[in-house]
Amino acid sequence: MNEIMDILGSAGLWAAVLRIATPLIFGTLGALLCERAGVLNLGIEGIMTFGAMAGWLAVYQGADLWTGLLVAAICGGIFGALHAVLTVTLGLSQHVSGLGVTLFAASFSYYLFRLMVPVAGTPPTIMPFAPVDIPVLSDLPFLGQALFNQTAPTWLAIGLSAVLAWGLFRTPLGLAIRMTGENPQAADAQGLNPTALRYGAVIAGSALMAMGGAFLTLSAFNSFFPTMVQGRGWICIALVVFASWRPGRALLGALLFAFFDAFQLRLQTVLTGDIPYQIFLMIPYILSIIALAVMARRARVPQALMKPYRRGERT
Amino acid sequence: MTRILDLDGITKTFGKTRANDGISLTLDQGEIIALLGENGAGKTTLMSILSGHYIPDSGTIRIAGTPLPPGKPRAAIKAGIGMVYQHFSLAPNLTVLENVMTGTRPLWSPRAGTAAARAKLMALSAKFGLAVDPDARLGDLSVGEQQRVEILKALYNDVGILVLDEPTAVLTNIEAAHLFTTLKGMARQGLSIIFISHKLPEVMATADRILVLRGGRMVAERRAADTSGAELAELMVGRAVSRPVRQAATPGAVVLDLAGVSLREGGVERLKSIDLHLRAGEVLGIIGVSGNGQKPLAALLCGTARRSAGDIRLFGQPIGHLTVAKAVAANIGRIPEDRNHEGVIGDMTIWENTVLERIGAYARHGLVDRRAAMAQADRITADFDVRGGGATRPIRLLSGGNVQKLILGRNLIETPRILIAAQPARGLDEGAVAAVHERILAARRAGTAVLLISEDLDEVMALSDRIQAIVGGRLSAPIEAAQADTRRLGLMMAGDWQGDQNAP
Amino acid sequence: MRLERREHLSPLRAVTTPLIAVAVALAIAGGLIALAGAPVLQAYGRIVTEAFGSRLAATETLTRAVPLMLTGLAAAVAFRARLWNIGAEGQLYLGATASVTVSALLIPDAPPMIQIPLLLLAGAMAGMVFLLLPLWLRLRFQVDEVVTTLLLNFVAVLFVSMLIDTVLKDPLAFGWPQSVPVADNGMLPKLISRSRLHIGLIIAVALAVAVWFVQSRTVFGLQSRAAGLNPGGAVFAGVPLGRTLIVVAMISGGLAGLAGAVEVMGVKGYVTTDLSPGYGYSGIVVAMLAGLNPLGVIAAALFTAMMYVGADGMSRAMGIPTYIADVTVALSLLSMLVALFFTQYKVRR
Repeated sequence: MNEIMDILGSAGLWAAVLRIATPLIFGTLGALLCERAGVLNLGIEGIMTFGAMAGWLAVYQGADLWTGLLVAAICGGIFGALHAVLTVTLGLSQHVSGLGVTLFAASFSYYLFRLMVPVAGTPPTIMPFAPVDIPVLSDLPFLGQALFNQTAPTWLAIGLSAVLAWGLFRTPLGLAIRMTGENPQAADAQGLNPTALRYGAVIAGSALMAMGGAFLTLSAFNSFFPTMVQGRGWICIALVVFASWRPGRALLGALLFAFFDAFQLRLQTVLTGDIPYQIFLMIPYILSIIALAVMARRARVPQALMKPYRRGERT
Repeated sequence: MTRILDLDGITKTFGKTRANDGISLTLDQGEIIALLGENGAGKTTLMSILSGHYIPDSGTIRIAGTPLPPGKPRAAIKAGIGMVYQHFSLAPNLTVLENVMTGTRPLWSPRAGTAAARAKLMALSAKFGLAVDPDARLGDLSVGEQQRVEILKALYNDVGILVLDEPTAVLTNIEAAHLFTTLKGMARQGLSIIFISHKLPEVMATADRILVLRGGRMVAERRAADTSGAELAELMVGRAVSRPVRQAATPGAVVLDLAGVSLREGGVERLKSIDLHLRAGEVLGIIGVSGNGQKPLAALLCGTARRSAGDIRLFGQPIGHLTVAKAVAANIGRIPEDRNHEGVIGDMTIWENTVLERIGAYARHGLVDRRAAMAQADRITADFDVRGGGATRPIRLLSGGNVQKLILGRNLIETPRILIAAQPARGLDEGAVAAVHERILAARRAGTAVLLISEDLDEVMALSDRIQAIVGGRLSAPIEAAQADTRRLGLMMAGDWQGDQNAP
Repeated sequence: MRLERREHLSPLRAVTTPLIAVAVALAIAGGLIALAGAPVLQAYGRIVTEAFGSRLAATETLTRAVPLMLTGLAAAVAFRARLWNIGAEGQLYLGATASVTVSALLIPDAPPMIQIPLLLLAGAMAGMVFLLLPLWLRLRFQVDEVVTTLLLNFVAVLFVSMLIDTVLKDPLAFGWPQSVPVADNGMLPKLISRSRLHIGLIIAVALAVAVWFVQSRTVFGLQSRAAGLNPGGAVFAGVPLGRTLIVVAMISGGLAGLAGAVEVMGVKGYVTTDLSPGYGYSGIVVAMLAGLNPLGVIAAALFTAMMYVGADGMSRAMGIPTYIADVTVALSLLSMLVALFFTQYKVRR
């Protein structure tokens, strides 16, 4: 019991929560944007992997960190466009297309990585994002270390969830995207172009996913290795359902989730030997499944999710 | 009066079919015209061309003299054309206001302009007497209210021409009458209105001019004052089609008996303690406005939904829950309302669709007896005049009428003891409707007890011996068909069935 | 331009479609090989010789095809009924672990005639159970099984890793994380001596034929197809939807579990956490390339195995990253999806 209080009282835990949450926030916002327009994007796992690789590789080749993040976003957008061609233009099964994109993006990123970076004893590293020093706040006792000792992309992710919430619910474009995800025929009848809106949402959402991946190599770690995304993409897909397709709740969900993850990591070190470490590692996946089971029936799914839209004719 | 709309020589082909063939029409300001025609006459295609969703192969559209660029929905909206579709283009998860204002502001504008939109919506709502709650979630509204939203959405775009596609398909006749009063008021305020319908009385009562479409061509134009229902019907169908007539008969014993049956679904009581007796050799018609419990009633009797209270007796025996297996075993024929989503499986073949629900009779040791199944399919396609190919073709290649004939065939080929028919003629053209009605009456003559659930009053009055109305999940007491007239049925459908104690 | 649905899928097109898709995938992969600076045509030739050039190579390719056939069948059966089982990888691991457990801990001395069938059964049962959980979540809570089966893959591998660390730990493995071995009596007999090819190949081919027969000739096959194509219509026709899906899940999960059992009993002999190089995911590609046809799965699995064995050997020989095999297989899936689209629709002007 005391050990648990110690963990909860440690600034390191809370700093880790934000760090662990960041890629999940990016990924969940990205998946949420796609799904609000009516497209399930299971390419997320591969797109995050590619983003992690592309961002890292750009920086390794001499680009600065922000350029690396941008390169990752652009690559993500390209894979998003691929998914959009398959699911929006051709109207193929979003499940299978997404898995195809994941398999391709992941294997392609490993291939490119190996091509550019020959095998070495120790993996090559870059200098990752440094924590941002916020005047006054960072110097606060406990809080400073716990919350205000993060790298810039973390603040970007939190800011983006506010931007996305505002964009989706307070602008004409957001309303148009939501209408496309609810009823593309209606959007079409109002003179909107559902195809273009879906392309835009999937491309932008995929760019966000790739940025989440890039956070792993540019901030959380400093090197790239295969399988480093470790199912985070699938967890994001579950978090979107948990968040009922709302950006604010996506942020909360990611933080809640990261809290459990950070907590179990620390609990592992305390309870070492008593419980196999694999049990702790299973927790995130099992939590995601439980979250899905609890929320799936309650959530208001976008009505046109996974339904391709084809007008009788196209110009 | 000023000419506001000019369609000239509109032609549109899909593959081999000419959906529109050189159609020309005009519309003046403040005028109401009706486009009358059967399903497949080309009405909807013409409207899709007008709204910019289809590009015509040839022909021009002019609005107040200015040509409208083809295939540009936005341009059509800008030019003042507002569409009200039969299947509403609304999103149930968004609010009324959101539904109305989608797409009305520049996409990249940083502000939604909600306050201004709300003010405009409320002003329109007051001006045309269309009351709505702007913040209600659309999916929580009734069908009639949703249609109001659909109309307001069109008006919101500052329309000069309002186009309504089968606007009364989902309304009670009282709601429909109210709608037409509203439309006439709008026309007086300078709006021009086109409405599409195949219902003669409402067309005659509301429109100034009536244009009749048949087989993609404009076959006639009449002033409402100068024509008659009979003339229009013949113009619409192209020949004098007579629907079969019911002969008097004496019904037999009660075969299906529901006492105090309720049905809950998702925490909502969809059927509330209904009583119903169905006798051999009669047709019992269930009328009602769409969404008042017809679907749960049909599902209950077809075996796909379970009662939550009450007793069901088949041939005098209590049977507990009625399941599909029990229904099929008891020789109950079932015609579902939604033939594409329930009646058939589009990607399966005709023979598979023929035997799927009676697969036990076409299988040995778990293996499908293909030869017997195909023979049965061939027999039904021959007897019931199902056209569109051999037993091994996917059924999705058949027309709606032929699909319905196959569904009728597989249920009627061995005369069933009971037939549950939900909207059996919906969406069919006049020839197919007559064929379906003839088959139902033939089954009645053969002693089948028929329960007909329909929203088409003419159909119910033509076929039924007795009529009950379903309103909000409750069932009225039955009245004899002889006592039924449109007014009385209208009152019943509105839930007003006091004084019906004389019913048997 | 307009899309028009084709009325018929001619048998010729059904066969040529995957071939065209594979050709497109290979062409793109050729670009990537060129990117690595290797001669493309030579590389293609090398893939074929590495996969089929010698008796050893050919038996290796066939050995590789066995688990791919089984996971491919698992995906094909499930997808036909619109059950999105993406969890074959996890089911495979649990199947392998179950058969090792039964063999090493319960009946190590049972004769092969008894032990082998029991181990196969144990593997299949484990896979079944592991798919029934997400199916239950779908039927009970309407949870999309795609995400749950994906997530459970990670849980499965961690669970297996835990067992290997504890109850199944091999004391003779010098601390390597691997399980105790399958008893000798539990190993599958070789099909060809002095090779790794085992009778699992015959089992897999026989199961493909059996699944084809069940799907196309039995009442259950008809009903499960109906359930997949149009659930509402199937319910109306009296198909017990839940029960049909449960049986489909048992077949699908069972096949995936069997893939693990066969791999461990035929090739590896013990379980590690890198037992499968993604056979579960490749099974999805195999199933799609086969157009979900169980007999087509045999050919698609052979192609995929050829890519893995051939491209693997080629990349080593030519000094390009071995991931080229995975890239090509993934590209085959994507191009197959596009090709499938053009078998169903034609573009009209």
